[in-house]
Amino acid sequence: MIVNDQKLPDLPPPASTTGVVGWLRTNLFSTPFYTLLTLVTLYVLYVTLVPAIQWAFIDADWLGDSRDACTSGGACWVFITARLDQFLYGFYPESEHWRVNTLYLMLVILIGALVWEKTPKKGWIAAFTLIIFPVIAYFLLVGGSFGLEHVETHKWGGLMLTLVLACVGIVASLPFGILLALGRRSHMPVVKSFCTVFIEVWRGVPLITVLFMASVMLPLFVSAEIEFDKLLRALIGITLFQSAYMAEVIRGGLQAIPKGQYEAADALGLSYWKKMGLIILPQALKIMIPGIVNTFIALFKDTSLVLIIGLFDLLAIVQAALADPKWLGYSVEGYVFVAFAFWVFCFGMSRYSQHLERKLHTGHGAR
Amino acid sequence: MKKIASVAAASALALGVSAGAQASETLDSVKSKGFVQCGVSTGLPGFSNPDDKGNWQGMDVDVCRAVAAAVLGDASKVKYIPLTAKERFTALQSGEIDVLSRNTTWTQTRDTQLGLNFAGVNYYDGQGFMVSKNLGVKSALELDGAAVCIQSGTTTELNLSDYFREHKMSFTPVVFDTSDQTVKGFEAGRCDVLTSDQSQLYALRIKLADPGSAMVLPEVISKEPLGPVVRQGDDLWFNIVKWSLNAMITGEELGVTSGNIDSMKDSSNPNIRRFVGLEGPKGQGLELPDDWAYQIVKQVGSYGEVFERNVGEGSPLKISRGVNALWNKGGFLYAPPMR
Repeated sequence: MIVNDQKLPDLPPPASTTGVVGWLRTNLFSTPFYTLLTLVTLYVLYVTLVPAIQWAFIDADWLGDSRDACTSGGACWVFITARLDQFLYGFYPESEHWRVNTLYLMLVILIGALVWEKTPKKGWIAAFTLIIFPVIAYFLLVGGSFGLEHVETHKWGGLMLTLVLACVGIVASLPFGILLALGRRSHMPVVKSFCTVFIEVWRGVPLITVLFMASVMLPLFVSAEIEFDKLLRALIGITLFQSAYMAEVIRGGLQAIPKGQYEAADALGLSYWKKMGLIILPQALKIMIPGIVNTFIALFKDTSLVLIIGLFDLLAIVQAALADPKWLGYSVEGYVFVAFAFWVFCFGMSRYSQHLERKLHTGHGAR
Repeated sequence: MKKIASVAAASALALGVSAGAQASETLDSVKSKGFVQCGVSTGLPGFSNPDDKGNWQGMDVDVCRAVAAAVLGDASKVKYIPLTAKERFTALQSGEIDVLSRNTTWTQTRDTQLGLNFAGVNYYDGQGFMVSKNLGVKSALELDGAAVCIQSGTTTELNLSDYFREHKMSFTPVVFDTSDQTVKGFEAGRCDVLTSDQSQLYALRIKLADPGSAMVLPEVISKEPLGPVVRQGDDLWFNIVKWSLNAMITGEELGVTSGNIDSMKDSSNPNIRRFVGLEGPKGQGLELPDDWAYQIVKQVGSYGEVFERNVGEGSPLKISRGVNALWNKGGFLYAPPMR
């Protein structure tokens, strides 16, 4: 009699539950109903994606300089490539494009350095990005000093203008928003009522109205001699508007901090600003990240509203290019390009915020 | 909206009156700045749009360039301010621009109540119809019961229903928000007819997959005279813009073009000698250099050249001259004599 005192080796699981097949069975074909759903979805994907890919890539034309180059019946990306300079720089003089390029490059390097985990002296880089970089950007873009040619703001346009509007809006609205939120929670009646009125007024009107007021009504009230730059008017409008929204997001975060934290800070004898700066805001800002980034993304997309006051942001300049008799009829390509550009920036912001949330997660609070 | 308009008009009137005190305030400021501030559209095929290099081009743009050529002797000295339809009059009233050349229809209300003056007509437009060729329709009067694609919120809608009521026909409106959607609707067969201003119909036709499959019907059912606008109360500037336009039209009548005007300078034809500023009133009365009309035609071109280049056979739009031909060629264009 043979007795096996050795443990038999484990048999591999049935082939139908592992690997690709197993994954398919558990996730896509587990019940007849799911099977049906899977098949329907596959069919819908086939019907929509195949022609879209055919149109956008396989049949597309990429190179050339006029619509004659578009012969294969698919997307005519020639329209985009031929006008890419205009979409990136607006009407900025061609000889001065390097100034915009320098800034694009600096922005990429700075943001890259801030995102990368192991960068040394991050605090200094952040301070440089927020304080020195805008000053450099201002002098480089506007010019008129250091031997640079002055470029008027009505020549700005395209992606560059979109980024200027978004960056200024984002960078300026956060500090204003924090101050407004603190003010609204303050016990000083004047500060409190001022902040409340400010927030409610700006939040109560649509951005489009603000822009219209800034561009249409304001010039009628000030005398004709005062040249009030249209871009500046739009920037102020957007910043004030966004600060009000930001303030409410931040107030939400402040209210989520348990009362014990405030009392503990008071018990330590910290002054108001130390309490806020060292105890409350660091915790509050962390839990507010999704809300803040949400506001930033909304702001980034809202910048395209400036097209109604005749500023050529990325969307508006593509629309203007579509009005060129030489390129009539390529609106789909134009809008796809704009949508893609906006998506890249918004998706980037969203990913970065998720990364920040994970990094700053200290294990406190509910899970 | 009406309230805003009247507030705007009232404040504009106040500004206009103060501006009228010095007769040539606009001319002085243009000369001291060294450029003409010109309000144009943010993008209208053939009338004003930026080209590949970012230079503005089009019929409306060429009016700006003509004024700059006449006043400053250099057609490139124009600062273009792109304006949307809603802000165009405010921009002029508030002094942000010197001339508004933005596809603006001359109407009684605009001319009389906004503190503005229309300096002439550079394009006689009107609402028309585009149909698919295989519909077999040759006249708008055969359109009884048709489905009509329209862009919403424009006077186009009102003109259309007036026209069909007048001719006791019925129609089904199919309304879209933007011109791109209108074209797609027409192409997809949502309607039999597409209606819009004629100048726009030709642009819309290019957007079709097969532009040859559609045709524009001959009927024009509304009057849309488009022209440059200036502030009321600065008569000298008004005259300068008016005569810059007249010089382009007269130039075509005399047969001068940007190519031949230098050789025409030696012509014995008194009309041409007056035109180039060798005789006659020259720049007097307009406070312009004597060769102002010469500069316009030399740098911008005569009306015929401008038309062909921007919207006519020389452009993708291929609009026929139609009523925009000279008065002696069956059109409406008639400039008073320059003498």
